[in-house]
Amino acid sequence: MDSLSSSSVTALRSDSEAAIHFSDVWLGFDEGPILRGLSFSAQPGETLVLLGETGSGKTLTLKLATGLLRPDRGAVHVLGQDLFSKSEEELLRFRRQVGFVFQEGALFDSLTVGENVAYCLEEAGASEEEITPRVQEVLRFVELEHTLDQLPSELSGGMRRRVAIARALITRPPIVLYDSATAGLDPITSQAIIILILRLRDAYGVTSLMATQRLQDGFALANFHFDPKTRTVRRGASADSARPAITRFLVLREGRVYFEGGPEELLKVSDPYLQRFLI
Amino acid sequence: MSAQSISNLFTRPRYGQDTLQQMDDIGVGSLPIVLLSGFFIGAVMVLQTGTQFERFGQVSLTGDIVSLALVRELGPTITGLLVAGRCASGIASELGSMLVTEQVDAMRAMGTDPSRKLVSPRVFATLLVMPLLTAISVFIGLIGGMVASVFSLRLSATTFWQRAIAILEFSDLMQGFSKSIVFAFILSTVGCYQGLNVRGGTQGVGRATTQAVVVSSVMIIVADTFLTRLALYLADKL
Repeated sequence: MDSLSSSSVTALRSDSEAAIHFSDVWLGFDEGPILRGLSFSAQPGETLVLLGETGSGKTLTLKLATGLLRPDRGAVHVLGQDLFSKSEEELLRFRRQVGFVFQEGALFDSLTVGENVAYCLEEAGASEEEITPRVQEVLRFVELEHTLDQLPSELSGGMRRRVAIARALITRPPIVLYDSATAGLDPITSQAIIILILRLRDAYGVTSLMATQRLQDGFALANFHFDPKTRTVRRGASADSARPAITRFLVLREGRVYFEGGPEELLKVSDPYLQRFLI
Repeated sequence: MSAQSISNLFTRPRYGQDTLQQMDDIGVGSLPIVLLSGFFIGAVMVLQTGTQFERFGQVSLTGDIVSLALVRELGPTITGLLVAGRCASGIASELGSMLVTEQVDAMRAMGTDPSRKLVSPRVFATLLVMPLLTAISVFIGLIGGMVASVFSLRLSATTFWQRAIAILEFSDLMQGFSKSIVFAFILSTVGCYQGLNVRGGTQGVGRATTQAVVVSSVMIIVADTFLTRLALYLADKL
């Protein structure tokens, strides 16, 4: 099975500049290999939408990108660092530079929203004077300031995802990984989450890797931008030429990249497998 | 994991607040069952042994035998089994639930070592509270024995208490103390291991919880046999 090639603008950049670079990554479990030579790159500020069937390795890819799993073969470079030459202790320190939004939020259910969001800073030994305004800032960003003292169990599914995003942002990471951030949510709540991701990308220039089964999420990221001046979401690409938001799609199939390209390229394909995603 | 949990105690970061919270959960939380069972085990020991001693006119020996049995054997073992039933299962289900809801992965993703944050505080807290719980259990067991001997055998409380104290040697106390430490280590590490190795979602959590109680209880009883043999060997040598 040949991968469909892409003429994306990002291909012009070298892999050494990439924020995330996977090179011939293999990973398997008892049932056999899941990833079979996965290779791709994400440039700084870019949004990469990972599409694929259930079990195609989207979540594994995200976990590899933050060093939560080690590949059987191949190399993963994130922010210019070879993750798998690092010891577990070095990886723990490295992971504070990468935000991770888990599928169900993975909030600590015995801690309040405020404590969940503050967790990373407290672990890093930050002072209370530093933590409190940062927690309020990120909760304001996700419009959940009023939930500071609530427990995760008192929140709706969408609110929990927003808290998870706030928790991932507290250290102002240059990279955020989203694992099916809108899965199981109603369309309105999903839209609210996508707008948050847009704001994060366009206001802060965060590089994102978003695993999803919802193609419309990817197209929303590709076709809209957040204007920090007017604080509104607008159709089309960002007018800020210094920070052009690029969204690319990566379709995984049988552990490899089956398609890589922009939204226009994806819409034009005649491949029957890819057509199934577009219906 | 057992070695890692101990070595974590000597390097930073340490989680003192979490350890205190676990001491409260495991120690204070287990107090009611330890008190209740300790009292009645002491009482039933007197009832069982006293009737035998009565046949030989040696009722006053009841205090000796109950004291030795509680300090050397029943105190640490029953406390170990009770705390295993209550806390090994609790630890396994709590950590197992955290694992299946990706909270453990989230912790790692935020740069925290789960073995430091979750395992070491539980192991350390159990090591600290188990000898205390055992001491309390033995003391309450002796009170239960004393009450039973006064009402059932018509033995004076002073005689029972004096004999119970006089028979004890330092080696008896050390035997009970060392057993409680070993049992604490077994039940806490088994609970953590089962919890952090859950497979198969919520059903797996249930399985891990049961496994934690079964494995730690069996290990406590087996370890007790070897520790008793070792203590007797050392008593002969010294």
